Amino acid sequence: MRKPEFIYVSYIETTPEKLWEALTSSEFSKRYWWNTSVVSDWKVGSPFSLVLNGQTTDVGEVLEADRPRRLSYTFQHILSEAAKKERPSRVTFVLEPYGKLTKLTLTHEDFAEDSVVVDGISKGWPAIMSSLKSLLETGNALAIPVEALFIAELDEVFRK
Amino acid sequence: MNIDNFKPAIIYTIYIASTPEKVWEALTTAEFSRKYFSGFAVETELRVGGAFVARAPDGSVHISGEVIECDPPKKLTVTFNVNWPALVEKLGPTLVTYEIEQTGDAVKLTLLQSHDRPLSDDILSGGRQGWPAILSSLKSLLETGNALVVQMEPPQRMLAALNELGIKTP
Repeated sequence: MRKPEFIYVSYIETTPEKLWEALTSSEFSKRYWWNTSVVSDWKVGSPFSLVLNGQTTDVGEVLEADRPRRLSYTFQHILSEAAKKERPSRVTFVLEPYGKLTKLTLTHEDFAEDSVVVDGISKGWPAIMSSLKSLLETGNALAIPVEALFIAELDEVFRK
Repeated sequence: MNIDNFKPAIIYTIYIASTPEKVWEALTTAEFSRKYFSGFAVETELRVGGAFVARAPDGSVHISGEVIECDPPKKLTVTFNVNWPALVEKLGPTLVTYEIEQTGDAVKLTLLQSHDRPLSDDILSGGRQGWPAILSSLKSLLETGNALVVQMEPPQRMLAALNELGIKTP
């Protein structure tokens, strides 16, 4: 069987530089990513974390940061005991100028065997990437209730 | 047509600040599709058994099919066959399903491209390349009033794989 891998391509009317800023700044991420902060100094080898309402939900390490072309980090969900025990997976964003647009390719791969996070990230990324596109093109992120995605792992945090 | 044997090979989900009715209209009418689908005019006869057609800008039929499921504004399934000689004989019919669901203030649109047999990654690369561009543009059109100009290269990898199977492509 082939290894699970999640790929999501989006075309956005923006520049690679603005898109990079949106992917790496908490000021932006809080608006399109359910109030989540992306925390890192974005140097290769530096820690990376996602922080929601004061609670760290995911951690990793910056693998590549070639502004504004390529960003990659390891990704480990730490809210559940099952996820904490897994080795980290890997997230990579590739930003390519495409005429007046930017093509964004997100790849989430290298999951542990029988990973418990594949289902959640497959539901989460399309909502996050759609909201990011709306924010950059219209100035407004989308109001998608996270409960509507039925990600069991996240229910706990959002109920607080 | 019995669609029980079809399995999704491509799934793409996108959330749009719109209403299910507007998303439905954008998916089923030429007025909208010309703007977000590289000039292609979609004509959909909204009843099970009705015709589904996508015309190229020169008026020729590029994709033809039949409406299999029609539940406005929630679900539309059509056969979606590119009119290249021997394509359906070699690959079987292609099924496209749109599922539309209100999610908070946004609309969740899920595209499924399904087949009744396993197809190679080379063959599927065409849809994997095309759908994100088409649906990104549809979202922009509904949210900003302007579709995206996505200058798409021909799907060389898919065309080469089709030619190898003896399917003639332009």
